[in-house]
Amino acid sequence: MKKLFKLILILSFFSLNFAQTFAAEKVEYLKTDWSFKGLFGKFDRAALQRGYQVYTEVCASCHSMKYLSYRNLSEEGGPEFSLAAAKAIAASFEVTDGPNADGEMFTRPGKLSDKFVMPYDNVKAAQAANGGAYPPDMSVLVKARGGGVDYIYSLLQGYEDPPSGVTLDDGVYYNKYMYGNKIRMAAPLSDGIVDYGDGTNASVEQMSKDVTTFLMWAAEPHLEARHQMGFKAIVYLIILTILVYFSMKKIWSRVESEV
Amino acid sequence: MSDHDYKPKSKVGQWFNDRLPLLTLANHLTDYPTPKNLNYWWTFGGILTFCLITQIITGLTLAMHYIAHADMAFESVEHIMRDVNYGWLIRYIHANGASMFFLAVYIHIFRSLFYGSYKSPREIIWILGIIIYLLMMAAAFMGYVLPWGQMSFWGATVITNLFSAIPLVGEGIVTWLWGGYSVDNPTLTRFFTLHYLIPFLILGLVVLHIWALHVPGNNNPVGIDIKKPSKDTVPFHPYIVIKDGFALLMFMIVFAFFVFYTPNILGHADNYIEANPMVTPAHIVPEWYLLPFYAILRSVPDKLLGVVAMLSAILILAALPWLDTSKIRSAVFRPLYKQFYWILVADVLILGYVGAMPAEGLYLLIARVATAYYFLHFLVILPVLGFKERTLPVPLSITEPILGGSPSLAAARHRESKIK
Repeated sequence: MKKLFKLILILSFFSLNFAQTFAAEKVEYLKTDWSFKGLFGKFDRAALQRGYQVYTEVCASCHSMKYLSYRNLSEEGGPEFSLAAAKAIAASFEVTDGPNADGEMFTRPGKLSDKFVMPYDNVKAAQAANGGAYPPDMSVLVKARGGGVDYIYSLLQGYEDPPSGVTLDDGVYYNKYMYGNKIRMAAPLSDGIVDYGDGTNASVEQMSKDVTTFLMWAAEPHLEARHQMGFKAIVYLIILTILVYFSMKKIWSRVESEV
Repeated sequence: MSDHDYKPKSKVGQWFNDRLPLLTLANHLTDYPTPKNLNYWWTFGGILTFCLITQIITGLTLAMHYIAHADMAFESVEHIMRDVNYGWLIRYIHANGASMFFLAVYIHIFRSLFYGSYKSPREIIWILGIIIYLLMMAAAFMGYVLPWGQMSFWGATVITNLFSAIPLVGEGIVTWLWGGYSVDNPTLTRFFTLHYLIPFLILGLVVLHIWALHVPGNNNPVGIDIKKPSKDTVPFHPYIVIKDGFALLMFMIVFAFFVFYTPNILGHADNYIEANPMVTPAHIVPEWYLLPFYAILRSVPDKLLGVVAMLSAILILAALPWLDTSKIRSAVFRPLYKQFYWILVADVLILGYVGAMPAEGLYLLIARVATAYYFLHFLVILPVLGFKERTLPVPLSITEPILGGSPSLAAARHRESKIK
């Protein structure tokens, strides 16, 4: 048995070692308690709904979320808006459809099956409207950044006046968590910029946390199902491993050799 | 082996077996005499078979939903992650499965190095293994390109560009590999085709690998030839089957932990950004399992020589059975080799570490020293060691190490306990 532990230890050392190689970050990010971390981590439903509000009212004017559909908003493990509410959200957007029988494109209210409507028609249009910088699509943004949720959460709160000696061009802002500290996005959040329906105080910190939670769900819509299945799978494997261990001991007791 | 005297009990079985001896094969596989002192490092062969089958099954399922087109590949992967039933599970098993596969293969290779499993009469098994390992690297590299993220695109660009180092025809070869003048849709479709093909080549080679293994039988921690079958061996079934099964289950727990709780930790965040030929990532790094070779490549200032060094680092392994001049297989009885073995392990880990770091300053210096040592180990230390080293007395059999001419009973027992 001792050898087994050694084996496990070495295996975990390998994995940790490589993980750390990549996880090494120079900047210390702001920390907060994410409800979706850990073995049983789940999304905070209210935070997801508030986060969606911040996304639509603030981020969505520049940032697309092209891999999400309106139906996702009512699906299990997400913000879990009621079906009626999700339908209403979808209907509040104008979707270009067609061509119709006359060969013309037309607009209609959005349906649950529609993908999130994009703020710009294409990347060029987005760049033209934002001084040459493309506001990245937010569907998988938290997975596409080294620090993940902590990075996004910190970035949203990382705006400050540039230290002396740093000159910024027009339309460039100073952010202490941004790679190279220069960012083309103006501070998107300010206290009270959205009006939360549930009475939560819309501080920059609160909104950062809510919208980051929402972005995490957008990038990993099946995170809750994954955690639940993972726990069951690992418990099952551990029980099976124990049973197989004793079967093995029993079988090997027939020969004069240790296993 | 007692295959030839096997006769199926039933008439139908005999009739069938006379025409296609599948039952003889099954009997051979269950009865296959295996050294009874194999430790858990020997269970990784079975684990690797599991990894290969898992990759093939999950890969086939992914291929049903994936679209190999530069404009749609990234989106189709997101489609798998979001809309395909349990698509996220299948993709995460496949992506992490590659890492698990390499983790297992490195343990398997280093086990072979420690116990001298590559030595006569097992050279062919070893060389087949090296070919499998090379094909694994090719499959893994091309698989990493398929999601068409930033690291996919730029990794493909860097690696295919290595061929341009070949004098005269290099540039032409690169254009031919790309199917155009840059990494683009033709590159993606051919990588997908090859990524689909290679696992089946590996499967065929694995059959040969196991076939070649079953001729001399397994090496063992003591590294001596044993009589088969004898009291030194146990039949493969049930003894080794259950032991491999137990080890596999423990491996699966580690595997499951990655898949369900940290599925993206072994990948690179940049690969969740869609490929963009106009934007180069700050650091282009390969997957962790290729890092030691990446470090060797970058440690040589000349491009062509760098590529040669990287390829030699792998191909030199194929010559190992002849570079190692020692007649003794197991490092247990080779006190000096054992120390050099652990230095080599450390050397490869260091190479992996510096491979992930920028190639400059101290990192570059360390990479150069570690690269030089890597070749020194195989080209100088191993051949010389076989002549100079004073090995310990080797027992005559597994069951009776004490009678094996060992001068001291206590020393023999101590060694035996260590082997176990």
